[in-house]
Amino acid sequence: MSTHIGFDFTPPDVPGKVTGEIKYAEDYKREGMVFARLLTSPLPSGRVVGIDAREALRMDGVLGIFTADDLPPVAPPGNPALASEYVSFVGQPILAVAAVTEEIAESAIEKIRVDFERRPFVVDPLESLTPGGANAYPEGNTLVRTEEEGPEGTPIRGAEIRDVKWPQSAIDALRAGKEPKGAEFTTDWSFGDLDAGFAEAAVIVEEPFVTIGYPHHSLESRTCMAYWENGKCYFHGSSQSQSANDNGLARMLDIDPANLVFINEATGGGFGSKIGPYPYMAISGNFAKRLNRPLQLRITREQEFYIGSARSGMQGWIKMGVKANGKVSAIDLVVVNDGGMTGAGSGNSSAQHVTVAYQPENMRFRGISVYTNTTPRGAQRGPGQNEMAAVLAPIADKAAKAIGMDRVAFRRINAIDSNGFQGGGQGPVTSAFVREALDQGMRTFGWEEKNALAKQNGSKVRGLGVGIGYHGAGGRGYDGLVRIGTDGKLYIHSGVGNLGTYSYAGTCRAAAEALQVPWERCEIVRGRTDNHLPHSSGQGGSNTIFTHTRTNWVAAQDAIRKLKEIAAQDLGGEPEDYMIGDERVFATAEPSRGLSYAQAAARAIELGGKFSGEEYPDDINPITQRAVQGLAGSGLIGVAKDNIPGEGQPPGILVGFCEIELDKDTGKLEILDYTAIADCGTVVHPKNFENAMRGGAVWGVGLAAFERHVYDPQNGLPANTGLYQSKPPTYLDVNVETKMGAVNIPDPQNPTGGRGIGEPTQGAAAAALASAISDALDGHVFNTAPTTTDMIINHLAGNDYSTKYLKTNTF
Amino acid sequence: MPMRCNFLHLIISSTVAYDANNARVRVPPPRNTDRHAFHNKKTEQCFVNDSVNLQLTRRRFIKGVIFSGAAATSGAGIYLAANAQSGNGGMERLITLTINGRTRRVDVPPTETLANTLRYRLNLTGTKIGCNRGECGACTVLIDGVPNYACSVLTHNVKTKQVTSIEGVKNEDGTLHAVQQAFIAENAPQCGFCTPGQVMSAVALLANNPRPTKAEAAQAMSGNLCRCGAYEHYLNGVLRASGQIA
Repeated sequence: MSTHIGFDFTPPDVPGKVTGEIKYAEDYKREGMVFARLLTSPLPSGRVVGIDAREALRMDGVLGIFTADDLPPVAPPGNPALASEYVSFVGQPILAVAAVTEEIAESAIEKIRVDFERRPFVVDPLESLTPGGANAYPEGNTLVRTEEEGPEGTPIRGAEIRDVKWPQSAIDALRAGKEPKGAEFTTDWSFGDLDAGFAEAAVIVEEPFVTIGYPHHSLESRTCMAYWENGKCYFHGSSQSQSANDNGLARMLDIDPANLVFINEATGGGFGSKIGPYPYMAISGNFAKRLNRPLQLRITREQEFYIGSARSGMQGWIKMGVKANGKVSAIDLVVVNDGGMTGAGSGNSSAQHVTVAYQPENMRFRGISVYTNTTPRGAQRGPGQNEMAAVLAPIADKAAKAIGMDRVAFRRINAIDSNGFQGGGQGPVTSAFVREALDQGMRTFGWEEKNALAKQNGSKVRGLGVGIGYHGAGGRGYDGLVRIGTDGKLYIHSGVGNLGTYSYAGTCRAAAEALQVPWERCEIVRGRTDNHLPHSSGQGGSNTIFTHTRTNWVAAQDAIRKLKEIAAQDLGGEPEDYMIGDERVFATAEPSRGLSYAQAAARAIELGGKFSGEEYPDDINPITQRAVQGLAGSGLIGVAKDNIPGEGQPPGILVGFCEIELDKDTGKLEILDYTAIADCGTVVHPKNFENAMRGGAVWGVGLAAFERHVYDPQNGLPANTGLYQSKPPTYLDVNVETKMGAVNIPDPQNPTGGRGIGEPTQGAAAAALASAISDALDGHVFNTAPTTTDMIINHLAGNDYSTKYLKTNTF
Repeated sequence: MPMRCNFLHLIISSTVAYDANNARVRVPPPRNTDRHAFHNKKTEQCFVNDSVNLQLTRRRFIKGVIFSGAAATSGAGIYLAANAQSGNGGMERLITLTINGRTRRVDVPPTETLANTLRYRLNLTGTKIGCNRGECGACTVLIDGVPNYACSVLTHNVKTKQVTSIEGVKNEDGTLHAVQQAFIAENAPQCGFCTPGQVMSAVALLANNPRPTKAEAAQAMSGNLCRCGAYEHYLNGVLRASGQIA
């Protein structure tokens, strides 16, 4: 019987958050700390001709400047911490100035003279693909994989930036919502027989779509502080992850990972933008080393917009064939990604969403990611999947309507199950129960009852929507590490980051459950490298619940094995003659014969070797090896790599149901009801699960209705760098009551039954809301994400200004 | 509700933004106001030059205001706007503040914001700076019981006021305020960066409206942005703190 999994608890960092006592990177000070600030590019594209910092360096209190010359070179389209020659977006850091106060550093920035040459720029991928269109980089506009013949015929694979242009006819076709014939792509895959699939279709729906990227805008900007002591770097950074940063950050600082202490107890949001070490960490650490002073590099809100990453955008086209029975027989998908200056398009993930949501019998995907002179793009909560969910839902509704099928029934007949597949490779999943989720959602939401109600009420019209969100949700092969102290307490060492999802804590419950230790007798050890933390995954991709319930489980199993071995050695018999319970290991046949965990830990220290961490398994990661070495001799050590057998991707899937009221006079919409039902295996932490549903819904509303990059196309200047204009949803933009539930069927490949669900919470809500907007407007398909109030008003006024030509990154 | 100082702040920050932008994208000196200079795509050379402020006509200043969030770049941001306003103007820097019921003597330039004073002079780092421009509410504190954005209040303007930051919210016996207890029970914070500001707004709300509806609470706390989207968690916390759910 479960004792921890599926029960509520308070993660240990929550009280510190409500009292303000918990510290984020910027809250740390250090004796002698100095301050650095960035000088950033005012141009969307150009070349730095010269930098004259003489006047700045003469100022009292200025300690030095730091430029790209102080760091290893980064070739385009890598995202350098500091631009070396070419600048590629407004806000790109060019240099840093350090001074004894932040005021002086800022003033010094103003005294630096930078000479630029302008270059052409582009903020719309399709403009760059147009014959004669500008390229974001001097070398071209897209990354192309290359392959040359190497020694003995071994191919040498690489990538280079090239200039790709489409025929004008292909550009015109895509903007008009047709297949861009003759266009060049850099990614493609297919399965089945597309032509045969369309030939079988009773209905074919063909639509263009555009989704606009937008900034992560984590509320804590990526301020870092670093100092060095005797060759060790102590680094305070804001990151989603903990141990997963060690090697990359050490490389940035050119030190052995053993000499890095990365401190990251709390992180003020990441949403994909802080999964790994970000380039600007190199400035803080290396500048601090050069000055031999603790150094803080403060990032402002505007700078967080510039360098804090953003979701990629899409301009695309989809053709969906549906058989008379509702089964999707064929899908042809084209995605042009807006990769910003880093080119991180997520078209393949968008296509993956299509495969999971509708399990098409035949499909083709073609994609290209185009650089634009806009902010760097990277992973943002369900990158690719979630924006695809938002634009695809109304298109799927249109297909369902065309064959006369209820929209939920349409999704049900196409739903993935445990025998289903994901992605272009049609890989397996560990389990999936989407039909069950849809059925549960229909009941909870009252789909049929609400459909029977009148839609129109004066100028206001109701709309109902349904959507599916999906993301792969789990990894394998990481390490777990637990220690039973001589106080009998269970210390669960976690290299998982704390980005506010509390998965770091939820996953530790697996070790407590396995070892049957009451939660109040457990302590999570985390937050800084010198707390001896194991090799853990990065906290991205909704993976943590699946990945690290497994690692903590296997570490606990190792501890149990050792407990039994110690008991057998001391008390006679074989290890299998013993069992655990009540914080004791005891003979199954004679429960009074046993050792308390505290006694066993003391014996482990006396016995040494594997029992107390002097020896450890060969297959654990060097990060974990160092952690075990640090703990050796301090208790009974349980350490293991997750070698639990199995295959397939653990999917996180959510279905959302949304009811809105849309005012046709103003375009304003109000969310009346939102219901989310998850297929994420066993719910590990119910309260946290509920809150994940709520928070994800807010993100869904932002994606579907509000958030977008706006650039001035004439000058390449961003027009909405702040929070106010970027428009993340506020209290008043979202519903105040979310209904939620879970199928709660355990995943067979996780000892606790759990899978992740973080990212799909947004995709399902965005899709359900987009579906509801379309429903409110008699099935009108906007094919945009977001669908903003002005787009709705323009549509109602018969004006297609907002939505034609696949415009992006602008109003 | 928190008092927004957006308008004032917009002007300040947009001046900075505008200066910073112009400072780096300047054409040879204009013959007249040269309103296209900044946007001249044919310009080959651009450079930093403080004298660019000479171009600051009212028309362009207002354009800068309009484009505020827009634009620009740079090193700009935290201090220059304030410093540019004036020097000390003969004002006494050593002032007495009442923070969380305690009297504190502190050396503060007249242009410094309360958020900076709390965090960087008094080490009260529970007050967070999320935007430094009156948009997010992470820095919300109570001034004579009224929620304010500390990033948009000059410290010298609160010399005669009672300032309460998150560090002063606990009950006199050291136990957590009902709002804090309720937020823990609801697991309300996600990343937690906005949480101190949310607590302050909730505390002020319940002092004025002990049993708000969820919609009233949403209205009252709408000046506090939560990027994680933990709004409903906080609202449930408010209802719990007010005894409406247990």
